Amino acid sequence: MKKFTVLLIALLALASFAGIGVAQEGDTVNILFWQAASHMNPYLGNGTKEFEAAALVLEPLARYDPDGIMVPWLVDEIPTVANGGVSEDLTSITWTLSEGITWSDGSPLTAHDVKFSGDFCMHPDTGCTVLDQFANVASIDAVDDMTVTINFDVAKPFPYGPFVGYLTPIIQKAQFEGCIGAAALECQESFGPIGTGPFMVTDFRTNDVITYAANPNYRVMGQPAFDRAVFKGGGDAESAARAVLETGEADYAWNLQISPAVLSAMEAAGQGTVIVGFATSVERLLLNHTNPDPALGENRSVWMADGSNGHPFLQVDAVWQAMSMAIDREVIAGQLYGAGGVATCNILPGPPIYASPNNPFCGPDIDAANAMLDEAGIMDSDGDGVREYMGIPLRVSYQTSTNAVRQNTQALIKQWWSEIGVETELRNIDAAVFFGGDIASPDTYSKFFTDIEMYTNGSSGTDPETYMSGWRSDQITHPDNSWNGNNVVRWYNEDYDALLDQMAVTAVLEDRASLAIQMNDMLVQTGAIIPLVYRGSVSAHHNSVNGVAMNAWDSELWNVAEWTRS
Amino acid sequence: MGKYTIRRLLTAIPTILVISFIIFAVVDLSPSDPTGNLPLTIPPEVRQKIREALGADDPFAVKYVKWLQQFFIAEPLNFIETTLGITFPGSEDRVRVISWATRGPVIDIIAERLPQTLWVVGSSYFLGVLIAVPVGVYSAYRQYSIFDQVGTFAMMVGFSVPTFFTGLMFIVIFSVNLKWFPSVYDTTLVVTDIESLQQQLRQMFMPVTVLTLYTTAQMSRYTRASTLDNLQQDYIRTARSKGLTERTVVMRHAVRNSLIPVVTLIALQIPGIFAGALITEQIFRVNGIGQYLIIAIQGGDLPTVQTVTFIFAVLVVIFNIVADVLYGILDPRVTYS
Repeated sequence: MKKFTVLLIALLALASFAGIGVAQEGDTVNILFWQAASHMNPYLGNGTKEFEAAALVLEPLARYDPDGIMVPWLVDEIPTVANGGVSEDLTSITWTLSEGITWSDGSPLTAHDVKFSGDFCMHPDTGCTVLDQFANVASIDAVDDMTVTINFDVAKPFPYGPFVGYLTPIIQKAQFEGCIGAAALECQESFGPIGTGPFMVTDFRTNDVITYAANPNYRVMGQPAFDRAVFKGGGDAESAARAVLETGEADYAWNLQISPAVLSAMEAAGQGTVIVGFATSVERLLLNHTNPDPALGENRSVWMADGSNGHPFLQVDAVWQAMSMAIDREVIAGQLYGAGGVATCNILPGPPIYASPNNPFCGPDIDAANAMLDEAGIMDSDGDGVREYMGIPLRVSYQTSTNAVRQNTQALIKQWWSEIGVETELRNIDAAVFFGGDIASPDTYSKFFTDIEMYTNGSSGTDPETYMSGWRSDQITHPDNSWNGNNVVRWYNEDYDALLDQMAVTAVLEDRASLAIQMNDMLVQTGAIIPLVYRGSVSAHHNSVNGVAMNAWDSELWNVAEWTRS
Repeated sequence: MGKYTIRRLLTAIPTILVISFIIFAVVDLSPSDPTGNLPLTIPPEVRQKIREALGADDPFAVKYVKWLQQFFIAEPLNFIETTLGITFPGSEDRVRVISWATRGPVIDIIAERLPQTLWVVGSSYFLGVLIAVPVGVYSAYRQYSIFDQVGTFAMMVGFSVPTFFTGLMFIVIFSVNLKWFPSVYDTTLVVTDIESLQQQLRQMFMPVTVLTLYTTAQMSRYTRASTLDNLQQDYIRTARSKGLTERTVVMRHAVRNSLIPVVTLIALQIPGIFAGALITEQIFRVNGIGQYLIIAIQGGDLPTVQTVTFIFAVLVVIFNIVADVLYGILDPRVTYS
């Protein structure tokens, strides 16, 4: 028995020393996602992983470039009112496909495929996860083989929701026809969609690895430069970073949210490069505009139209301004987020034309914050280190999801607030509960039963209208709407609603931008929210791969066709 | 013995049904939501529609009966069809157990992942037993010798240092610094020739070693204790006084008897091979059954969690019976008639 063991160990050892090092085939690009793709149908996608896995194969009519600017992809030009592609009354948009684009099986791409893709998502039984991209779409008509018109049931000043960006690419009608509606639940086609993109699927393993081969029918000669692509899932962010930056086993690793010190040490090995893309995600503090006192029972955190259940002190200008000013955002961004974050005083920091220039400074200045509170007469009258406003001590509860970076942020902020006489009680809640929709749980972010909470959110595309309408008064979370709504802070402002109404009928980009800036300023200058860190997505690529252009507005792999190996 | 086995197998059926109900109830009552991990930008109405499309909001009883029907009728029929190549009437309408996250049949995904789990966890288990038994026996025979002391120390380390730590240590040493072994397991690798076999052994080396260390530690302590017990028995003294060689005394008399409880332990741990090794699979990206279960739990994928845990439960019940039957065969003092 022992002999056999020795033999086995010897065999293992022999095998391992015989060929040292991992052979890097020059023609395969290895992409590492530490969350594995469950399937490749973006219309049923559970998260970024499915959309990114599909992005090598499926393409939309137009994409966003790294600056958030639309570029025509399967069409020759972007339809606008000026070129007649968008109707004067803003209720329809007409796209014309480029000539000669074929699917990887050789059949031509037609307007019927585009129409089908939309119908697939909008079918009530499909359970489409990107349905909000098709908001207000009344119908999609294939005018002829090359022309498709999308009709909206309202005036749509920004009609670029459907089929722009990686969330809504075109799927082949012939392939998915049998999968529409309830049949989508067990659609086997989702494991190998046929696409127009640079690669096609050769092998799919659920939640594990996808193998692609170059699409011989790809429209650009000589692209892609790689013969194969491998999309490996699983593991964790830190080991994914290591595989690119230290061992060189992978060419690209996605979403490396790890300690900045660890990441920069890995990058110092000189094998790869860390890349960052910024979209609109902002880590922010939300200030409760209702009273979360448990003693209120049923009325805890319930918004009243007459304003009677407001927060006892958080809306006092001196209080929230001092609290905002006490925070050193540079320290949080630099120490906790590293390359993946910069300090911000705006809630809408991008794309550049939408970013407000009016809030250049929001701290830190502890002395000024203390002076502001003193001036407002909010003093520590009983000497316990906590200031009182009208006899109420400034004690706040502050909740967020369980996550090392967030708990460190909480600890820093608690310290700074203690220096201005605000006492903080910290809480952290498991993400699945905090962001979950359990109506019975008192700990969800939407119920917001504390004074302050913190999380990240952002606009899902370049156009901020949907995102900004999250603070509309009809979005206030309330027991009547089962606490569903985006206005979690329960901030009520009629002027803001008016700006949103105006935006809904404004088509010119510059005018929309100026409205968005006004709304941003209103939100941050009235203390609805305190922005902290503008968060980017962090990825890394091996130095032997050229042409990677990090994109936060579209798929990170948007230009994979142009990647080359040096 | 035959009668006993049949009786045990028959009584296992209600046990398994009760287990399936309990698992289903626990999984269903947990507050996880299949749409809970979707991005915040997806509005609640869309989430509601997705839940409806999945059937996640159906009443408990409906979901349970559906699952029973899918697992005990549709899946076996489908298995017969695909293995024998025949088609039963109504084959197109039959609904198999479908995962909410992947939208594919759960059984197919398990079948796809079983090879890598068996390769990695199975071979580490096999190696572990091969090393543990001789080490345990020798440690007991030479109790308090240098070998025993060193062995005890090594086994305590293997037992108490968690696999996520040894796994990372191995990656840092063997992948990053020495560049001997890959840290990313390639599940698409097919062994066809000597070169691909080498590659397979190379990528298995680190996960298998990490797991073997742990299994060996556990198993050898058990063997040592059991052998120590037996070496102090009267029949050993009798054997020695008969003038038998030391080799016969130890191998024939002591070890044989000592291995009876060890065999039971091995049998009871076999279901664990199928369950995979959650942490080790995650670290080395082996993406076997353990990793699949974790993803399903995080994603609130009820049909998958239910099916995978239920298969484990069935394996545990079956191997319990196997252990009992083995006991009867190995130990003549135990009779089941």
